Amino acid sequence: MELDILDEGHYRIIKIIGDLDASSSIKLDDAIQQAVNLAKLHLLFDCTSLNYISSPGIGVFTSRIEDAEEGGVKMVMFGMTEKVKNVFKILGLDQLLPIVGTREEAKREIDDLHNQD
Amino acid sequence: MTYTTRISCDKANLKLVRDFVSDVLKGYSIPDTEVNLVVVAVDEVCSNLIIHAHNCNDQESIDIEISHNKSTFVFEIIDRGSVFDISRYDAPSIDKIIKNKKMGGIGLILVKKIMDKIQIEQNGGRNICRLYKTLSLPS
Repeated sequence: MELDILDEGHYRIIKIIGDLDASSSIKLDDAIQQAVNLAKLHLLFDCTSLNYISSPGIGVFTSRIEDAEEGGVKMVMFGMTEKVKNVFKILGLDQLLPIVGTREEAKREIDDLHNQD
Repeated sequence: MTYTTRISCDKANLKLVRDFVSDVLKGYSIPDTEVNLVVVAVDEVCSNLIIHAHNCNDQESIDIEISHNKSTFVFEIIDRGSVFDISRYDAPSIDKIIKNKKMGGIGLILVKKIMDKIQIEQNGGRNICRLYKTLSLPS
């Protein structure tokens, strides 16, 4: 699994490439923790190249939802394949973590969430 | 027809487990989304065993067997580590996991939600975790 991290204005875009499982999730966890601690940039997860996710990968997101909320950091995911989205859906996480189609939709979602605060 | 594979208890081998399950099921033209969910469930059980029952000791191994009767597939995960009865595990809610900022517990929720039936059997020093799932075979 590889990460490609790009800062654009007040967004940090983290592109996840490959399989997110027990052997690779720690790398993403470090990246999210760093961004949440920084508390300056909202997080967009580019899932267009995320081929597979299992519970350690999902746990990386669930374990940071509260910290992100407390730090005012919004998290939105975009570009997920149906098979990956299905794993989030089966857990009901699609109701707790916004999942949208494109990067532009993700930015709009973050701005909407930010304006609601 | 029974399909079998053996992996050593190294987390890096989870990819081999996924490829094995995926390749077998794709041979039956089962839709990708269904295949992926079953792959996740088998991966979760193997991951749990590798980490918690075998402490990632690559000198130890896990066997995986896949068989089916019509559209009902049986996935057997066999090892000789300490037994953990997933079928009796009372999984926490996802809300509780988020509130407690936990990473663990999600895998077992997934296995229970994805699979139709889970059986644990101990037989001659072997632990067999048997997962059942009825899948969509093309007519």
